[in-house]
Amino acid sequence: MSTSSVLYDHPGPRAKVRNAVLSVIFGVALLGLLYWIYTKFDQANQLEAWLWKPFAEPKTWTQFILPGLWATLKAAGVGMLLSLAFGIIFAVARLSDHWWISVPAGAIVEFFRAVPLLLMIFFVFYGLPYVIDQPVTAFWAVVIGLTLYNGSVLAEAFRAGIRSVPGGQSEAAYAIGMRKTQVMGIVLLPQAARAMLPIIVSQLVVLLKDTALGYIVAYPELLARGVNDLSANYGNIIAAAIVVAIIYIIINSLLTAFAGWLDRRSARRAFRIPKQTGPVVVADSTAGGA
Amino acid sequence: MRMKRMAAIVAAAGLAVTMAACGGDSDEGGSGTGATGIVGKAESQKKLVIGVKADQPGLGLQTGSKYEGFDVEIAKIIARGLGVEEGNIEWKTTVSANREPFIEQGTVDLVVATYTINDERKQKINFAGPYFIAGQDLLVKADSTLTADQLAGKTVCSVSGSTPAKRIQENYPDAKLQQFDAYSKCLPLLEGGQVDAVTTDDIILAGYAAQSQYAGKFKVVGNTFSEEPYGIGLKKDDKAGCEKVNEILKAAAADGSYKAAWDASLGASGTPAPELDTTKLTHCGAV
Amino acid sequence: MHVFTDPKNFDAYVSGFLWILKLTGASAVCALVLGVLLAAMRVSPVPVLRGFGAAWVNIFRNTPLTLVIFFCYFGLFVTLGLALSDDLFRNIYWLGVVGLSAYTAAFVCEAVRSGINTVPTGQAEAARAIGLSFAQTLRIVVLPQAARSVIAPFGSILIALCKNATIVGTIGLMESSTVMKDLINFNGDAVIPIFLVFAGTFAAVLIPTGYFFGWLANRLAVKR
Repeated sequence: MSTSSVLYDHPGPRAKVRNAVLSVIFGVALLGLLYWIYTKFDQANQLEAWLWKPFAEPKTWTQFILPGLWATLKAAGVGMLLSLAFGIIFAVARLSDHWWISVPAGAIVEFFRAVPLLLMIFFVFYGLPYVIDQPVTAFWAVVIGLTLYNGSVLAEAFRAGIRSVPGGQSEAAYAIGMRKTQVMGIVLLPQAARAMLPIIVSQLVVLLKDTALGYIVAYPELLARGVNDLSANYGNIIAAAIVVAIIYIIINSLLTAFAGWLDRRSARRAFRIPKQTGPVVVADSTAGGA
Repeated sequence: MRMKRMAAIVAAAGLAVTMAACGGDSDEGGSGTGATGIVGKAESQKKLVIGVKADQPGLGLQTGSKYEGFDVEIAKIIARGLGVEEGNIEWKTTVSANREPFIEQGTVDLVVATYTINDERKQKINFAGPYFIAGQDLLVKADSTLTADQLAGKTVCSVSGSTPAKRIQENYPDAKLQQFDAYSKCLPLLEGGQVDAVTTDDIILAGYAAQSQYAGKFKVVGNTFSEEPYGIGLKKDDKAGCEKVNEILKAAAADGSYKAAWDASLGASGTPAPELDTTKLTHCGAV
Repeated sequence: MHVFTDPKNFDAYVSGFLWILKLTGASAVCALVLGVLLAAMRVSPVPVLRGFGAAWVNIFRNTPLTLVIFFCYFGLFVTLGLALSDDLFRNIYWLGVVGLSAYTAAFVCEAVRSGINTVPTGQAEAARAIGLSFAQTLRIVVLPQAARSVIAPFGSILIALCKNATIVGTIGLMESSTVMKDLINFNGDAVIPIFLVFAGTFAAVLIPTGYFFGWLANRLAVKR
């Protein structure tokens, strides 16, 4: 936040008044808008007690929202682990000295980064079974889709991370007689992972949000249980969506806060990769999926 | 043909790589594909996986951990007839678009999910039943006079990939079709006046209209413009299973358990139980 | 490939992808404008504006896009009665644009903000020293320099936006993913070619786009 203070002078008396006036005008406009939304919702009977009452009943939580949340976290957790594995494997493969490894790895990463997750989930769920002659559960459809997409993004993050480790590190490692695998595994990857940690975590936020697409294939995650099924029971679709959105925001804010904490923590470390090295990757992780 | 196979190999190879990265997690859904039909499975394993709807009040509605509705009751009758206890039924949520794949892939053994018997589907799977004859109808606001022949220019809400949606597109090309993934999303729109009607089978509409929060607000027009015989979906080659299910339905009609199933679910809406016309039961894939 | 020789299917495929392109185009413009405005708010001297920008970013970045789009339809249109067009699909389209723009603007904002961070502080200090106001400093000195370093992030955001446009299908637009699902449903024997055509179309458009932005970013990069 150091730059924000650089952009303007310390407010003098006139600037203070101006800022206060702007604050009041904008604040009033904002409150007006909120009030308008409130009255509209009231007119549309969206604020009636019966719409919200289900959320006071334990059943709503124990049988709809919490199982949905658990399914969301389960898919996200497995997806995260697999994405990390996918990311590391393909990052290393893409940096391989052998073209017959690096080229296909690059093609796979580029392909899956470019295909919408929704298409991938549809394909794995509806299409893949025809190919492998085995049913694919909704859970695996979601997890495989998430892994292919987020894994590809992470692969690029790792690759940039590995490349941003100062050349002296691997030279020194080779000089003391390490093999290629050792240099990668012991020297480069750990440093790349640490440097890219905030990016990795924010990609995991993206992954968690993307599990919401699971409802498309009837995977009983938070959106499916909390919005679709709950509102089929109580007819309170908008109220349910608002509650579910708040839950997502809380969980993702915690994850984001965790990412910020990691960033500050790694900033205190002695070794730090200069910021300019990886703008592309920084963007990738923030650009996010659904 | 060759092109297709090549593509399949390429895709499979790509997946093999992914799978390798995933580690060996193949114990999920290992029901196998060389099934000897549901009769065999019910006998040997004493359990069944049955696909039902989760968001259709009165037919198949997931209320927390349980499913309830007419379809669910019918499914229980069939399971009982096959010698499977209620506690050994594994319920699976199906949506309109994934019923055939679920059966073909063996994700479920049976589908009892407002499943219309038609020729297109018969190409892929086998149907027992029908256990109920529904018809496509419109749900409109209680004070509306809209009927099916006035649909031109009106906005109709339905579920994508469903038969009713397809019929509207083909038979009423002048109607505007708003599609969602669940009927429950159509109802707030009908209430708010953004759509003029919700269309699907009359029995499903009746289920929604009877829900307490919508009581008195909507009505089913009551003039069906299609016949939707609801069948029980199972694997295409499972002729024996299909015949067995038909026998069970016949017995259920005779001993009153069919009526009991109705009374326990849709009967609450005040509609008396229909007669199950056993002469209409399908020939299970035979010509 | 028999699926696509049927003109009806082919038309659905083409119009599906056209929806995606139209959604992407309109949302990209709106999100860019909105995102830069939000970034300006976030670095502005007015606390309420800063708070508003931060709240926007936190809410939209942490909510699944599916829900954002859902609120556009059920909140803006159904409850608030905000119809953006009389035509059914046009209306869904514009609601989709609103949702995609609001969501993507949060990412644009953060990219611009980190772009501002790459501009050496001396630049802003010099600007202030010659008497430029906050708006002038931002507009004349800082943003033009930040623009170069946000090219690459913008490329990624644009690509994500294009892929995210498929989610508008959940409120009833017949875009690519919905068309693909329907085709797979009715042509179970041709699943692989259907997927390859749809996925390939995205890849054919988006991979070169990615390389283009990479090239542009390298070309315009400021060597410091």
